Amino acid sequence: MFAAENGLRGDPRLEAISEAIRVVPHFPKQGIMFQDITTLLLDPKAFKDTVDIFVDRYRDMDISVVAGVEARGFMFGPSIALAIGAKFVPLSKPRKLPGKVISEAYELEYGTDCLEMHIGAVQPGERALVIDDLIATGGTFSAAIRLLERVGAEVVECACVIGLPEVKGQCRLNGKPIYILVEPRGIDNCC
Amino acid sequence: MSAYRVQDPRIHGIKTKIRVVPNFPKPGIMFQDITTLLLDPKAFKDTIDLFVERYKGKNISVVAGIEARGFIFGPPIALAIGAKFVPLRKPKKLPGEVIFEEYTLEYGKDRLEMHVGAVEPGERALVVDDLIATGGTLCAAMNLLERVGAEVVECACVIELPDLQGRKRLSGKPLYVLVEYH
Repeated sequence: MFAAENGLRGDPRLEAISEAIRVVPHFPKQGIMFQDITTLLLDPKAFKDTVDIFVDRYRDMDISVVAGVEARGFMFGPSIALAIGAKFVPLSKPRKLPGKVISEAYELEYGTDCLEMHIGAVQPGERALVIDDLIATGGTFSAAIRLLERVGAEVVECACVIGLPEVKGQCRLNGKPIYILVEPRGIDNCC
Repeated sequence: MSAYRVQDPRIHGIKTKIRVVPNFPKPGIMFQDITTLLLDPKAFKDTIDLFVERYKGKNISVVAGIEARGFIFGPPIALAIGAKFVPLRKPKKLPGEVIFEEYTLEYGKDRLEMHVGAVEPGERALVVDDLIATGGTLCAAMNLLERVGAEVVECACVIELPDLQGRKRLSGKPLYVLVEYH
């Protein structure tokens, strides 16, 4: 669900966050309007507001794990984890994590990729949040949910800054709620 | 300089949370795994606090973090000191116009990229990564920032491997680390 439909309608912070995101046409390939959050990170107030909105939502939900998807989930997840007193668990591309891992494959437009998590990072019964910058098809988030559930954690919610049209109207992924701050920006907002 | 010499009581807790994984990514390397530090909210918070205490109020407007583990430590520091966060990335990850800096690896070369326009001339910047080994990546990061006219105030890492003498590759720029691993 979108933040504006869930208590934050008209919140000026959301508009500022949306405007701080840059659209880069035809990246990484023709036809894709890439939602670039690096410009949001250049705006300390908007970046802080982004983190604060997530922290306000999750601080009283007894969440002990924030799992962030490499690499842009690493830019948001740790700050949220620190503020709510949870641990941060990176979910990485193959062969990046040095210890023993479990892996979960997911589909790309062409082919498959894999997400890995350290064994022992998350205990059975822990309540977890998954965070990434953006949700498109939900493939990566689904793999993240499966990883956490395989070790017995409960995924409370999937959170992201931007939600692409494919997920509009869907408020659940694998049965898990999705929380999205803003919609993607259009071509008139590009660099 | 490193905080451990000052023996801040938080340092011991941080050091014990770092896991050493032998022979990763290849035989002979004792890999310093900071993911176990991130599993301890207090130790992770102490890590960030040590950097924030050092850099708050020093007019630093840019925290540049090196992909990917610099993305874990850099943003919380940037947020706490009111600076922007600038990711320095492997090739072809950043979507906009970039400048790049090449650096040598044990075998071959790699490059680090930064978005054009992210940093303005005259800005005071910090470079953050989890670890300094040979200093090649940090050196490339510093070069990127200096090429756009920023002043690199300091490089900050959680861990230093002093035996690899990375400090020498920083052209006299100060380096601040929390723990050393010999």
